[in-house]
Amino acid sequence: MNMNRRFFITLTGAAAVAWESVLAGAPEASPNYKVADHWWAMLIDVDKCIGCGNCVRACAAENNVPEGFFRTWVERYQVDDQHMEEPIVDSPNGGRDGFPARPGTLPASVKEFFVPKLCNHCADSPCTQVCPVGATFTTPDGVVLVDEKYCLGCRYCIQACPYGCRFIHPEKNVAQKCTLCYHRITKGLTTACCEACPTSSRMLADLKNPNDPIHEFMKKHSVQVLKPQMATGAKAFYANLDGAVR
Amino acid sequence: MNRFKDAEHLVRVAGVFLLGITLFLCFRAWFVPKSFGQYGHYRADSITEIAALPVIHAGHETCETCHADVLEIKKAGKHAGVNCEACHGPQGKHAEDPSSIKPALPDTAVLCARCHEANTAKPKWFPAVVSAEHSQGLPCNTCHTPHSPHIGDKK
Repeated sequence: MNMNRRFFITLTGAAAVAWESVLAGAPEASPNYKVADHWWAMLIDVDKCIGCGNCVRACAAENNVPEGFFRTWVERYQVDDQHMEEPIVDSPNGGRDGFPARPGTLPASVKEFFVPKLCNHCADSPCTQVCPVGATFTTPDGVVLVDEKYCLGCRYCIQACPYGCRFIHPEKNVAQKCTLCYHRITKGLTTACCEACPTSSRMLADLKNPNDPIHEFMKKHSVQVLKPQMATGAKAFYANLDGAVR
Repeated sequence: MNRFKDAEHLVRVAGVFLLGITLFLCFRAWFVPKSFGQYGHYRADSITEIAALPVIHAGHETCETCHADVLEIKKAGKHAGVNCEACHGPQGKHAEDPSSIKPALPDTAVLCARCHEANTAKPKWFPAVVSAEHSQGLPCNTCHTPHSPHIGDKK
């Protein structure tokens, strides 16, 4: 029994040390920017996109995106009114170098348009739910990010994303995706793609800011998200979106 | 005391369990980063790390602090809504050190065509030309000034 008591006293000491570490928590980060004050989203007006590829180039330059991979890209849709369900979609090099013009004029039954794509920064994102190690997450201000130090490169999130917005970095071997230029928006700048968009087809929006033009825009336009049936809480809002877009 | 005479084996098992739990807590405290779990099941410090990445595009507000003259020309023309870096490319380095890092002047024959080359997928409202027919390969700034491209009456 004496032996036992000593044993337990030793244990109590060790437990106290461990518990102190558990309780210590993390220091509060970021001095000026308050995560609780923002809820980021992206607004895309399909009617304004001219397929110049400025966003793709700007994104690649800003975020050091490897060649052949895209955090944002532009798709060209060709929809025949007889075959609404089977649009012809192309995106040569993600639209980075623009789109080669198709010769001649379009038949009367065919329409063409561009659709910029990026991470939808879903509020209920499937990609963060499947991560086995907590390497990807939705920040309190509504941006889906990847912790490159924690990511194992298991590719589970890539399969989970219904929008195909993730890829494995060929050298780092970790999942990468649009960060909504988190390093810029936390400093009061807009994203690189919005900065470079010549027609303001893309607009960064802060849903928690009552003065943000998005509220006025949403009131005056028909706005929808991609694949609403997936119930992902997508926050890339598309105005003038055609039903053929997937 | 007699009641616990035969219970020593149970106490030992309890001790082993307690040791196990303590070791688990110690290892957990050691290996799990402090910020893990601050906001959710992830390392909150990674938010700070991502927010600290370098800014490559300076942003038009930064450009306009020095290039107010260009802003005045641009504001009057059709390109009022086009930000500087849409054409001039990322200029964060130039903004950091304006005297030694000078941006290259874009080639208008290539630059303008990126947006204004005719394409059936472009929206109808957007002014586009077939450059081979429109200018026979001449650079666009032969006739147009890129910051305020309309020829004739300022509009």
